Amino acid sequence: MSDINMPGRDRSSVAFRGAGFVPGTTRWAPWLAFALIIASWEAACRLGWLPPLFMPAPSEVVSALHDLLVDGKLVTHITASLKRILSGWILGSIAGVAVGFAMGIFVLARSVGLPVVSALFPIPKIALLPLFILWFGIGEPSKIATIGLGVFFPTVISAYSAVDNVPRNLIRMAQSFGLSTRMIVFKVILPGAMPGILAGFRISSSIALILVVAAEMIGTQVGIGAFVLAAGNLMQIDQLIAGVVLLSVLGLTVSAVLSFTEKIVLRWR
Amino acid sequence: MQVLLEDVGYAYGDLPVLDGVSFAVGEGETAALIGPSGCGKSTLLNLVGGLLAQQTGRIATLGAAPAGCLNPLTFVFQDFALLPWRSVAGNVALALEHHGLGRAAQDARIAEVLGLCGLSDFADALPKQLSGGMRQRVGIARAIAVKPAVLLMDEPLSALDAQTRELLMEDLIAIWARERTTTLYVTHNLTEAVRLADKVVVLSRRPGRIKRIVGIPVPVAERQKPEHAGLLKNLHDDLWGLIKTEAQVADREMQHV
Repeated sequence: MSDINMPGRDRSSVAFRGAGFVPGTTRWAPWLAFALIIASWEAACRLGWLPPLFMPAPSEVVSALHDLLVDGKLVTHITASLKRILSGWILGSIAGVAVGFAMGIFVLARSVGLPVVSALFPIPKIALLPLFILWFGIGEPSKIATIGLGVFFPTVISAYSAVDNVPRNLIRMAQSFGLSTRMIVFKVILPGAMPGILAGFRISSSIALILVVAAEMIGTQVGIGAFVLAAGNLMQIDQLIAGVVLLSVLGLTVSAVLSFTEKIVLRWR
Repeated sequence: MQVLLEDVGYAYGDLPVLDGVSFAVGEGETAALIGPSGCGKSTLLNLVGGLLAQQTGRIATLGAAPAGCLNPLTFVFQDFALLPWRSVAGNVALALEHHGLGRAAQDARIAEVLGLCGLSDFADALPKQLSGGMRQRVGIARAIAVKPAVLLMDEPLSALDAQTRELLMEDLIAIWARERTTTLYVTHNLTEAVRLADKVVVLSRRPGRIKRIVGIPVPVAERQKPEHAGLLKNLHDDLWGLIKTEAQVADREMQHV
């Protein structure tokens, strides 16, 4: 039953005005954009709009990548860089999460840690590489220390903020049920801080990638940074761009691994 | 278990919020605590529950906790305080898993309280998948899972819509009738206080002092009967009369702050 008596005349349908402003994405758009950029680049090179000496075509970059793969250099350089990134990132992250947690939980650690971290965080860590070379020698430890220190500070800040942002009401609730401090840390604070910590890992992994390239430009022959520098010095621009592409792929791979980890660890979100 | 408060005072720095508060909540009794905003109701609840350190006066419990009690003074929170990464059953388990119960005993206790609170079909659901009323049911299930001697309820229904509030009030009445748990119930809502409490403790505006303690001479189970409607309406109006002027002043003070 209805109490509506819709007149036949003088009526107008209500127009929909709520379209747009939806924060969505489409799957095909990024692929199309990449394809268009690469096709335009290739076309510009073939038409002679870009000087081949300074900007080789994508097909030449692919050819350079293929050559690197065939002669085994690709694997050598990537393996060397990955070892440095992983060592530095793991050391920096473990130390950073531990210090950030301590600062988030303990008043004394926070009181001491905040000013110290604030003072040291802005220093560009690559500026400390010469010092680390003096301390640890020209080999791997100085490079790993540079990456580790670069990762440490953003990890401290993200872990501290993540712990600080765990809702106090959850901690009070756990206290009200008699959970010990250790239990509150492991059952409430750690899971509650995971989104912030994983977001920090995204930033710190990018920093590790930047620092490994910079560190490899000093005193080493292997690694993607060393390879890119050598290619630049020899004007082998196709190889230089191939190295840059490798870095991009490495960054995307790290990002994909972190996204997968987030999906597993934060599936409750 | 009884709760005794004797000359309790509390201040946040230089700001006194409670002054000379004395009253008792008897065994199995429900006392509603009402008063203007900022009069120290939640502070008092946190003092009784040990979440704030006592400053002046004395708060004590008298009598033995019921058999199987794992957490004598247990809160139900206004904002539910559920861990979003744990399921409904997992949230209830949080209150139990550090007491050394066997897995089977713990699971049985969880199943029992989820059944009592109408949550059996939602044991594996995450809090975000539940309505506000269902979330508060989880909070209540978690609280009764530890067989508390005293329930400390901090505006447990204030975040819920009117219909859900009605339903949960009926659930609370049923739970109290069964468990006979001593309850201190903080609320802004006079209808809730008159419907649920055996007595209403009225606090003055900050610093909160006892203004009046009003007994409600109708058994909780009978308060929906039409013959009591007039008396309960009068009690409601009397309580409003006691706090109206101070609530207006407190409201202006809060806006000023």
